[in-house]
Amino acid sequence: MADETKPNGENFPVPEPLSPEARAAQRRRNIWLGLALVAFVVLVAITTMIKISTGTGIAERM
Amino acid sequence: MTEMTATPHKRHGTASDYVQLMKPRIMMLVVFTAVAGLVAAQGVTGHGMNPLMAAIAVLAVALGSGAAGAINMWYDSDIDLIMKRTSTRPIPSGAVPRDEAIAMGLIMSGVSVMLMWLASNWLAAGLLALSIFYYGVVYTMWLKRSTPQNIVIGGGAGAFPPVIGWAAVTGHAPLDAWILFAIIFFWTPPHFWALSLLAHSEYEKAGVPMLPVTHGAKATRVQMLAYTVILIAVSMTPLATGLGGWIYAVVTAVLGLGFLSFAVRVWRSKAGDADAAPADMKLARSMFLFSILYLFLVFAALIVEHGAGLHFPLRGVA
Repeated sequence: MADETKPNGENFPVPEPLSPEARAAQRRRNIWLGLALVAFVVLVAITTMIKISTGTGIAERM
Repeated sequence: MTEMTATPHKRHGTASDYVQLMKPRIMMLVVFTAVAGLVAAQGVTGHGMNPLMAAIAVLAVALGSGAAGAINMWYDSDIDLIMKRTSTRPIPSGAVPRDEAIAMGLIMSGVSVMLMWLASNWLAAGLLALSIFYYGVVYTMWLKRSTPQNIVIGGGAGAFPPVIGWAAVTGHAPLDAWILFAIIFFWTPPHFWALSLLAHSEYEKAGVPMLPVTHGAKATRVQMLAYTVILIAVSMTPLATGLGGWIYAVVTAVLGLGFLSFAVRVWRSKAGDADAAPADMKLARSMFLFSILYLFLVFAALIVEHGAGLHFPLRGVA
């Protein structure tokens, strides 16, 4: 990280540019994180729907 | 942890590295024993569980196991770097940064407990949270580096899954569920010490007080035999309560004799000693592998009996 000075004199860090390989790895991680979030939302939706449809959704007598 | 944990970022982590962070082989055994508890609970109590909810509950157990694994790897990255067996793990190899590992572990812990609560009940969710805490904090951060009994007490962490599975179905954790807990609890020492006989020099180098390091290989082999005898006795208790039937009885008896045979032979061998022959070390490795088969088949017997309607208890037959 290098410090640069804004025109108004305020210091702020400038991130080093990512290499193409690092950028690709970051993109892959972001896609997996996105998919995991979607999966979580779907699972919560499924449990909610089952609970609503069965009344309890926890443990019913066979 | 030491400064050694600040490992260089050598390469960019792949999805496989993040999967490895969750200790997938342990996860498989955890999921399997949780499923056994879930199936046995339905067979014994007559309670049913929506199959989708059951699948989500099992997924929650898997996520919880993965979370505990990530927390363990985050904390142990310093000693993992020292030991050859663990030096290729995602953090010491530089594939996954430590802060990402702990973030993943904590987020997955929360998600798994929440999913378990949504899919089943607060007791199962609470037990899952307790098991993650037990492995990630009690065993990893406290016991592992402070006492040679680390594996014995810490074995409780891996013993929770069948109780969680049982509680997910019924909302209770009765004696039968805790018997399954006890089977895994007493199985852990001979299982893990068989491995530590092979790798005790590495544990010594890393400063981890495993029993072979602190008390020697001979004392470890004696304790392995003692715990195997206790395990065999505990494995028979489901026959008395009615949890296990004829299939379970045959499987447990045959495998118990096999396990005992290994324990006796390892006890009489020099496995772990400085002058141990290659055959002795091979024997310890064979016992380690057999112990995995033992646990798998004992719980598989319960799944077959209660899941396929083949449960014929010994009680009431006489």
